Amino acid sequence: MVTVIAFWVLAILSVVASIAMVVTKNPVRSALALVGTFLCVAALYILLSAQFIAAVQVIVYAGAIMVLFLFVIMLLNLGSPGALRERGSLQPVIATGMGICFLIALLLSGSLIKLRLPAGARPEVYEPLGTVRGIGINLFDPKQPWLFPFEATSILLLVAVVGAIIMAKRKV
Amino acid sequence: MIFPEFVGGVHLPPLVPYIALAGTIGFILMILPGLIWIERVVIALMQDRSGPNRVGPRGLLQSTADVVKLFFKEDMSPKSADIKIYYLAPFLTVLCAFSAGGVLPLQTLTFHLANGDFQTVPLTVGDVNIGVLYILAVSSLQVYGVVLAGWASNNKYSLLGGLRGSAQLISYELSMGLAILCVVLFSGTCQLNKIVDAQSGAPFGLPLPEIFNGSIFSWFWLGTGIIPVVIYTIAMIAETNRAPFDLPEAESELIAGFHTEYSSMKFAMFFTGEYVSMLVVSGLNAALFWGGPLPPLNIIPFTLIPGFVWFITKVMGGIFFYTWLRATYPRLRYDALMHLGWKRMLPLGLVWLFLLAVVSLGRSPAKSADNVPEKPVTATQQVQTLPNAVAHR
Repeated sequence: MVTVIAFWVLAILSVVASIAMVVTKNPVRSALALVGTFLCVAALYILLSAQFIAAVQVIVYAGAIMVLFLFVIMLLNLGSPGALRERGSLQPVIATGMGICFLIALLLSGSLIKLRLPAGARPEVYEPLGTVRGIGINLFDPKQPWLFPFEATSILLLVAVVGAIIMAKRKV
Repeated sequence: MIFPEFVGGVHLPPLVPYIALAGTIGFILMILPGLIWIERVVIALMQDRSGPNRVGPRGLLQSTADVVKLFFKEDMSPKSADIKIYYLAPFLTVLCAFSAGGVLPLQTLTFHLANGDFQTVPLTVGDVNIGVLYILAVSSLQVYGVVLAGWASNNKYSLLGGLRGSAQLISYELSMGLAILCVVLFSGTCQLNKIVDAQSGAPFGLPLPEIFNGSIFSWFWLGTGIIPVVIYTIAMIAETNRAPFDLPEAESELIAGFHTEYSSMKFAMFFTGEYVSMLVVSGLNAALFWGGPLPPLNIIPFTLIPGFVWFITKVMGGIFFYTWLRATYPRLRYDALMHLGWKRMLPLGLVWLFLLAVVSLGRSPAKSADNVPEKPVTATQQVQTLPNAVAHR
């Protein structure tokens, strides 16, 4: 019961925050609304017993990436919020229409396509999967197929870091 | 100390997290004026001054007088400030600072169950398996208080302070994370109570007398080779924006940095947030590197003192260290601060983590505390049956 209430509160909050992020004119408030969305999603992960992903979501997205965003917004000094508004542009209208179409498609796909569960089965979360230990075992166990993709991703990130340094150094 | 399971028909073990919650918040709120007094007295001693000596005996009521003054000051806000965010910032600071304290391992309580078994329950608000990550996550959210205060005040000094604060926090969080990783590597868990458990064995697994079990020599400050504790301690001072790393509020160049425009209780909330986060990072230092609630030697006068007293003693040691540094060192130059963070501590931490990883390959995996397969139990009801010998902890 508590989880159901928590889910609805968090779901509504996250949707409201993400709409606020799109609608708000002020860039700093918009970024703050996005932080709110990230925090709500992190709390939803906890409801799904995925504590590790929740913590990483907060550390990486809310704690690092959004702080960088805020930093850039403040340094750019965008001035009055009205200056950003585009006049006579069709973009907001088209975006709203497309958004509504997407929402309808999502709702329809939920009601038209019924996923069939085996008789007597209930959707459940495998509890230890979301813990630090569960994630570690699944990522690093040689019997699981995830070790190579994981290491390949780390090399990709390293290449990205080196690339960023080379691009920045050229101008210094 | 062993408690019975039922007292007057009340089932005690599930109540422990609530006791921890009330105890933590109550202790922090009670000790805050004391902390300010301690800091002023210690600095006065180090600078050969009298310090506070007007209000109450030995100036003990000086902080109370200050709080009363802050309560009755006029609540002013700048005309051109972004008023909602301007008021949100001090609340965020205090909220993040308090909520980070929720996973600190204060003590382990032992209950004598009705069926004759012993059950240990950690005296922690939430003994979650992501404990260390939780503290890192919450303390990374603490940047927002500083950044938003600096931006919303609409004042160039505040903005500079906010920018400095966020850059500093991001830079030093990396080194802090590396230092913490060294401990996690050796204890094999992120759960703070299990990290404390991992420090309760014999030092380096050597066959030494009983007195050294869980003693000061088996804690992780020595176990991980001193470098991580040095890195963590430097990073924790930078994370809480204290001298000599108090550049976000450097009064000689930025007036008061991000809280220039904050007066009365809003300023008091920033002050509270700063002191609470000092307590929390000192508590994390105590739990990770200094054995948490473990006594320094495993002999009778030390083991009779309950664990939370040792924990508070270690936290207070951290606070004294803060004060000591503040009285000793001048403020760093900004480029020197970045130089220290990125070019000294971060590479050193990376190399040391690599070395420790090599060392830990040689350790047998059975020693790690997390190696027993986890049963799906909730954090508050972790039942472990213990032999009678361990019950005195």
